[in-house]
Amino acid sequence: MSNEATLHSHQQEATHGAVAHDHGNGHEHHHEDSFISKYVFSMDHKMIAKQFLITGIIWAVIGAGFSVLFRLQLAFPDATFPFLESLLGHWAKGGHISAEAYYALVTMHGTILVFFVLTAGLSGTFSNLLIPLQVGARDMASPFMNMLSYWFFFLASLVMTASLFVQTGPASGGWTSYPPLSALGDASIGSKIGMDLWLTSMALFVVSQLLGGLNYISTILNMRTKGMSMTKMPLTIWAFFFTAILGVLSFPVLLSGFILLLFDRHAGTSFYLSDLFVAGKVLSNEGGSAILYQHLFWFLGHPEVYIIILPAMGMVSEVLAVSSRKPIFGYLAMVGSLFAIAILAFLVWAHHMFVTGLNPFLGAFFVLLTLLIAVPSAIKVFNWLTTIWKGSIRFTPASLFSIGFVSTFISGGLTGIWLGNSSIDIHLHDTYFVIAHFHIVMGVSAFFGMFAGIYHWYPKLYGRYLNGTLGYIHFWITLVGAYLIFWPMHYEGMAGMPRRYYDYSNWESFKQFVELNKFISIVVFTVFATQLLFVFNFFYSIFKGRKLTTTNPWDATTLEWTTPIRPGHGNWPGEIPEVHRWAYDYSKDGKDFIPQTVPIGPDESKH
Amino acid sequence: MDTAVTAKKKWWSGGYSPFNVSYGKLMMWYFLMSDAFTFGALLISYGTIRFMSTSWPDPNEVFRSFPGMGEAHMPLVFVSLMTFILIMSSVTMVLAVHAGHMRDRKAVVKWMAWTIVGGIAFLSCQAWEWTHLFHEGAWWGRNPFSNINGTVASTNFTNFFFTITGFHGLHVTSGVVLNIVILANVLKGTYEERGHYEMIEKVGLYWHFVDLVWVFVFTCFYLL
Repeated sequence: MSNEATLHSHQQEATHGAVAHDHGNGHEHHHEDSFISKYVFSMDHKMIAKQFLITGIIWAVIGAGFSVLFRLQLAFPDATFPFLESLLGHWAKGGHISAEAYYALVTMHGTILVFFVLTAGLSGTFSNLLIPLQVGARDMASPFMNMLSYWFFFLASLVMTASLFVQTGPASGGWTSYPPLSALGDASIGSKIGMDLWLTSMALFVVSQLLGGLNYISTILNMRTKGMSMTKMPLTIWAFFFTAILGVLSFPVLLSGFILLLFDRHAGTSFYLSDLFVAGKVLSNEGGSAILYQHLFWFLGHPEVYIIILPAMGMVSEVLAVSSRKPIFGYLAMVGSLFAIAILAFLVWAHHMFVTGLNPFLGAFFVLLTLLIAVPSAIKVFNWLTTIWKGSIRFTPASLFSIGFVSTFISGGLTGIWLGNSSIDIHLHDTYFVIAHFHIVMGVSAFFGMFAGIYHWYPKLYGRYLNGTLGYIHFWITLVGAYLIFWPMHYEGMAGMPRRYYDYSNWESFKQFVELNKFISIVVFTVFATQLLFVFNFFYSIFKGRKLTTTNPWDATTLEWTTPIRPGHGNWPGEIPEVHRWAYDYSKDGKDFIPQTVPIGPDESKH
Repeated sequence: MDTAVTAKKKWWSGGYSPFNVSYGKLMMWYFLMSDAFTFGALLISYGTIRFMSTSWPDPNEVFRSFPGMGEAHMPLVFVSLMTFILIMSSVTMVLAVHAGHMRDRKAVVKWMAWTIVGGIAFLSCQAWEWTHLFHEGAWWGRNPFSNINGTVASTNFTNFFFTITGFHGLHVTSGVVLNIVILANVLKGTYEERGHYEMIEKVGLYWHFVDLVWVFVFTCFYLL
């Protein structure tokens, strides 16, 4: 009863908002947006999406830039580069990166790319942009919380940036921050204040994810326009939906793990600590378990890789259907496999711990569950391939990046089957094989999904196109480069080359890889430069890109293309359109495409 | 697609909330699920460490005191009182929500006020218990109690006790603050103007959740 009252009054608010908006589009605007409320503390989901995207781009340049620095060390361990000393000061005395700086760079590279770029920058951007536009809502359920979500991310970014400048340097125990190394300030300089700032920043990041995730879920469930049943939603929205649920349920466990870690660091507790010597001294800590932290961390850490990859999968599905002018193959199977991945995501975390002292009997179950993920993943891959099969593909940069995504997802996913077997993992764990695997399957693939999304929805974001020629150059160098970087790492890993070493030239067994490491690094520099080309394209096109002349540049069916070229706050100037069909009516009954807003004709064939 | 000929409302076909709830309540439910994972992780960590240990202190010995009763041996009496207070505050919250449905502003004020009193009473009890334990030498990293089998205990008994009850206390505190804010709004007439008292339901959900968590915390630390 009170529900009715509430819902009713919400509807009233929504209509009222729409009316006010129409009015705003007219000549007199009684509450003019100030610069602050329009660009800074904006509550418009489209502006918040841009904020996430641009912050993500800045972080991507920093995080990838760090990899350039440590690849310099790996390629030329004996050379000196004076510019490094001007850049890093005493961290690179004499132009040679110190071991501490190397570990800090590696740690920050991982943290920044995984959380700030591929979580906030990817799902933050596109969930914000596409959820209201594609389900047919004027904004997120709570625009205010949505704004807070960005600003908590911003705060997290500030704290993380600050940690780069403290005297003892940022956290340097790897992006996983395993104790005891991360719990004991005396164990390494990176475990001093830098580690505290890392934990603080990550806690703020969890808050940001929670605020965002709650909004995404309730917007998708509650705010769909008339006719937009769950099975009429584009696959992007399904992907964002499962991503948000994964985030809302797994990040809190990470937070719990961090709380205990903070107590171990500062309150003399022994949650993770037992039987330790540091610098020859016995510590009094007793009774804790370092493996407990690993469980808590990977309970987030594994869903996290799906938080990263699911949005990319959703966008790739959408872009592939649009650009091959064919309906997505197996829509319900696509939704079902997203669901299966989301469930399995919570049941496989211990495959990151096969060799840390996990009971091998328990490991067997995690092997089984891990290998099960291959099933929905394969369903998705085959459905993408059958979607583009015999399509009249328009090779836009977005569609190339989507095809590239499928390619890297296959080649990175296959090595996952190796690593998911606990017996093979004994040989391969902590080697470059692991690095190669996860960089291809979640790093490169997620970036390809993100690029596909940016090239495809840039016209919606800025009312202009990105430059196509630069886009093609960007795609081909990145695709070839990514394979040239990570493919050889598989061989290094199989030969036993461990990850996280500062200088491999000290080991006789790894000297064979000196030239290969140089080669990889040179490709890294090339690919990084190409990404800068993309960044240039991005910012240049905001102001100078070719202007959009039509509201629906890709001839797509989904709702975001029924809004004006530059939609105001509220998205649709008049009524929100009603939806009559699914999002994939391409090449149907002799028509190239039929938008979702077109009613079903009397003699229309079934799809 | 078949056109709507059925009289039944299609809840999932867009334009409505499929569960017939506002987005705010939906968010609260998802937030509570998220928070349940936070507490779940902490309690499972506690269980893990406790199972790894050969022995553990006896709660009947540790929690034996009652304010003003000196050295009298009253195991778990005080914590039972605390639990009773918290559960009663859930009852008053139910009555507040009910009064909100009836749009009986006076009753809402009365029952919200009692809920706040219950919350503050619980927190005061917790403050007494913490102080008492502190004076017995217990704190993070310090554990004066020996194991039930007489061996020296690790500090993890107190570590987990203070961390988890503290984290719960923090939730109760924020619940009390929320309740006070909402009560102020009731007194201002905000919800009368809005036409419904749904905010009471939302803080009510949170309050019940915090009480439910206490049942688990209580079981894990005092009974097991």
